[in-house]
Amino acid sequence: MPEFSFLFGQFVGGLTAAMFLFLIASGLSLIFGVLRVLNFAHGSFYMIGAYLAWQLVRWMQPASEGFWPAALGAALSIAVLGGIVERVLLRHLYDREELYQLLFTYALVLILGDLAKVVWGTQQLSVSRPPSLAGSSQLFGVTIPHYNLFIILLGPSIAMGFWYVLQKTAVGRIVRAAALDRETLGALGANVGWIYTGMFMVGSFLAGLGGALVTPIKSIVPGMDVEIIVEAFIVVVIGGLGSFWGTFLGALIYGQVLSFGILIFPRFSIFAVSVLMAAILIVRPWGLLGRPLK
Amino acid sequence: MKRIPWTVVVFAAGLVVPFLGSRFYTFVATDIVIVALFAMSLNLLLGYAGLVSFGHAAYFGIGAYTCALLMKSAGAPFLPSLLAGGLMSAAFALVFGFFCVRLTRIYFAMLTLAFAQIVWAICFKWNDVTGGEQGLPSVPYPETGWMGALPVIGDLRVADHFYLIVLVIVALCFAALRRIVDSPFGRVLTVIRDNAERAQFIGVNVRGYQLAAFVVAGFFAGISGSLFGIFNRGVFPDFAYWTKSAEPLIMAILGGMGAFWGPAVGAAAFIVLNQQITSYTQYWPFTMGAVLIVLLFVFPGGIAGTLMSLAERLRLRSIREPLVATEPGSRDAAG
Repeated sequence: MPEFSFLFGQFVGGLTAAMFLFLIASGLSLIFGVLRVLNFAHGSFYMIGAYLAWQLVRWMQPASEGFWPAALGAALSIAVLGGIVERVLLRHLYDREELYQLLFTYALVLILGDLAKVVWGTQQLSVSRPPSLAGSSQLFGVTIPHYNLFIILLGPSIAMGFWYVLQKTAVGRIVRAAALDRETLGALGANVGWIYTGMFMVGSFLAGLGGALVTPIKSIVPGMDVEIIVEAFIVVVIGGLGSFWGTFLGALIYGQVLSFGILIFPRFSIFAVSVLMAAILIVRPWGLLGRPLK
Repeated sequence: MKRIPWTVVVFAAGLVVPFLGSRFYTFVATDIVIVALFAMSLNLLLGYAGLVSFGHAAYFGIGAYTCALLMKSAGAPFLPSLLAGGLMSAAFALVFGFFCVRLTRIYFAMLTLAFAQIVWAICFKWNDVTGGEQGLPSVPYPETGWMGALPVIGDLRVADHFYLIVLVIVALCFAALRRIVDSPFGRVLTVIRDNAERAQFIGVNVRGYQLAAFVVAGFFAGISGSLFGIFNRGVFPDFAYWTKSAEPLIMAILGGMGAFWGPAVGAAAFIVLNQQITSYTQYWPFTMGAVLIVLLFVFPGGIAGTLMSLAERLRLRSIREPLVATEPGSRDAAG
């Protein structure tokens, strides 16, 4: 039996990974829930968010806490980018078959991936942790960097914030209505087009934020876009496409399966999560907490 | 106007390629022919059965690994290995497809993607058998010594001999696919595509037909992957990665999934475009993405669809009589 502190360390590692995944996957899930579009480019938004954060930190170089405005700026820029994409292109494909929407977002993956290479090259880039969170604490014999603690707390806060907005406010009611029945909502006088744009921007913001915040932990490399999108897919499928808490649960499960899977089958932990995704799709295609679509 | 037998013309033109004497042409032509089979196999699902698979690379990869392992590690001859590649893919397609056809639309696409990721993870991590990340390099060419003794083609290079073998095999596969889509089975698939509910009402076993199409598509993808592994002189986990699954989809859209030959045309355009663009700039994905967006918005019927509607318009003008499109795969407003 391994030491408790070792297991706890694995658990915390899984939890940190889970909260990053939640940030990214929640955006994907929100977009799917309302727009019914599976956005392959979500991973590309995440990657561009990471690159932008790196760039902004560099521009603000002497500032010691430049990381925070950089992360926010990157996320906001990605939100604007998402808004433009939705407004100019994507909205013309809502009436078409899924294939066209999937291929459109895949085309964005190709374009954005190459643009990132043109602008930032192919070498690994990294951002150092902001000084305010550079320290670390001991907990049950495990050293946890403060930055990771911040991420672990940020995930649930964002989840609570979204839950509050979606369930308790007028805006949230309209968004939920848009997810259920677009036409009726339009007939009631809501501007559904802008709701869609807004949701796409919020989802993109989360992708950009996830990308920006991951930079102090992971280095930025080309190819991180297509890698993360598969992970985010697995998370939303486990939890239920379009279900917010489902995504949270899916991220937690994914993080822990990956973290402990490495102990049990060192080689096949990626295999384990893919099998989990397939199993859930077979038994409950709408995920653990989702609702079946019509 | 007498109908030109285009299939024969294209096949004959394909036979001429090795005699042009250019290694490069043979290389590109081999690539096109193999990849065309991959795209055509997918279109049985996409264009005929109306199933959007985002995991077709799984069967391409399984075929490639099976054939390469048999030829390289077991020293098996080419044709049995090729057949084994196709059959292994078909077997996996049977198991995976059994679950996939129970889902519809976006969930179907997701589950095919999930299975493909499982296949990829196995290829990527099972070092002892698949070579893991390094893949299986130096897959041997089939024995082509006997071709050296033949007249006319005897003096050609090994790569040219391999190309001719590929051309004949793929032509046979296309003939088989044509038979399949023109058969009652193929017609039932299009009925299911256009309205699965009604098909069920008239007593069609919808899932059974979809599964059969899935297995057949898997088989031909496996053949294509087997050939590609040999052509590429190596098999790598990327063959089964999800981005690889997007390629035949793009080719089908590019050529036009509404026409039987559309995906093959798309594959040719894709490969030629790739060669042309990569000789000017390294930014091939960017260009492909831009081309894809233009296609989706401006020419959703692809090259074949656009040509067909152009031809239709010309014919209409010449005979001044309304004609109804009779091509089996043509669908403009499905859904």
